[in-house]
Amino acid sequence: MAKTIILEVARYRPEQEAEPTFESFDVPLNDDWVVLDALNYIKDKLDGSLSYRWSCRMGVCGSCGMMVNGEPKLTCATFLTAYDPGPIRVEPLRYFPIVRDLVVEITDFMKKLKAVKPWIVREEEKPIAEGEYLQSPEQLESYKQFSMCINCLCCYAACPVVGLDQHFIGPAAIALAQRYNNDSRDQGAEERLDVLSQHEGIWGCTFNGECTRVCPKNVDPAGAIQQYKIKAMTEWYKSLIMPWGKKSNGK
Amino acid sequence: MAKRSNEPFLWSLFSSGGMIAALVVPVLLFLFGVAFPLGWLKSPNYWDLLNLARHPLARLALLAISSLSLFHGAHRFRFTLYDGLQIKHLNELIAVFCYGGALFGTALAAYILWNI
Amino acid sequence: MKQPPAYTLYHPKWYRKRVSTWWWTEQWRSFKFILRELSSLAVIYFVALLLWLLWSLGKGPDKYLEFQSWMKDPLVIAFNVIALIFVLYHSITWFNLAPKAMPIRMGGKRLPEWMVAAPNYVVWLVISAVVAWFILGGN
Repeated sequence: MAKTIILEVARYRPEQEAEPTFESFDVPLNDDWVVLDALNYIKDKLDGSLSYRWSCRMGVCGSCGMMVNGEPKLTCATFLTAYDPGPIRVEPLRYFPIVRDLVVEITDFMKKLKAVKPWIVREEEKPIAEGEYLQSPEQLESYKQFSMCINCLCCYAACPVVGLDQHFIGPAAIALAQRYNNDSRDQGAEERLDVLSQHEGIWGCTFNGECTRVCPKNVDPAGAIQQYKIKAMTEWYKSLIMPWGKKSNGK
Repeated sequence: MAKRSNEPFLWSLFSSGGMIAALVVPVLLFLFGVAFPLGWLKSPNYWDLLNLARHPLARLALLAISSLSLFHGAHRFRFTLYDGLQIKHLNELIAVFCYGGALFGTALAAYILWNI
Repeated sequence: MKQPPAYTLYHPKWYRKRVSTWWWTEQWRSFKFILRELSSLAVIYFVALLLWLLWSLGKGPDKYLEFQSWMKDPLVIAFNVIALIFVLYHSITWFNLAPKAMPIRMGGKRLPEWMVAAPNYVVWLVISAVVAWFILGGN
């Protein structure tokens, strides 16, 4: 008799219920199976109506973030055997509205991300004839860690401020803003400061540190946020002491 | 350009206060709150302590310690009220209560140290 | 309060779970975090104590004696011990978090966290020793 493990999966079908419920499924406990494999098994063999997001199944796309036993995880990177004998509770990412079953609505995050301009901002593009932007290994290292973010939103599910304050921009957005601020090719730090230094931008953060703990790609958003706080503080004092330093922003 | 908030200034008070408090509060609380009352260490006599406190550098240091620690506590407590009790809609009231309290404490410390 | 399911074609009703006021009691980790934040109250208590001490000093030896006898009360001592534990918790968590805010690079590589935290502890020890020396009547 092959070993099995029970998955307690959150279900939410708005056409038939007002609140999420849990359904238990028995899935084979294979050594090399992750929670995503178990969900695919359920959808293939047990209940085809189960809805969830996934894509690359190897930890680079950020689609399969869910709560596994109360912890935000990439289900493609979470092995079933780590929870033997189970049961394993699978729920949609915390602090996001639930659309259906394990699918959450992330438009709010997309708006926040867009607001911090996560792209290289330049006053003037270098003409192609002048060649590439050159970057030393040290310059790359100064932002590389923050560039590892795959937007899986595990950090948002872990941050209590995200749950308590809907205006808080959130760990990943700030880490990505810092990724571009630290990039030697970028000239948009001042534009981003306007968005981030609003009260809801970064100042809601109380350095809880959960975001860094749960990040599957070791981005360390908490570090990015604290570094940004120091930068925002120095900019504030600079603008106080040297107000003539401000250039008008034509963008 | 959007108006920038004054949070960076408040945060600078919080972080400097936090550093100062982390460095000097434990030893002072240990000495005056635990070691001297329990007799573990000999309590300094009144006149030595008074002269130490009266030194202008000591007065400045004590003012800085008191004021910045109070602002550190005020800032942190303000956010704990937001996160713990979810009363962020009262944020103006809370800000006045917290930072007002810290300002009052600073004024009190300045008055006491001036007249010591 | 149970509401009837709300579903219009192409516009399903999203479920929004309200975060409980007691969210911080649900996990030990969240509780530790709130304790860390509440250590700020211990710091405020200490400042109050310090101001009372300084005020008593300024008012003369009798008032200072009164302050000292208050400090000897067992309940006050117990309270101070608890406050001291919280204040130490503040110091330790503060120094351990310092490396995250200050990525110091030497020779192109980022220094490991303990190397940035350690000098903080050394400074803490030195300052504590210096302060204690002054108070205990060093010359």
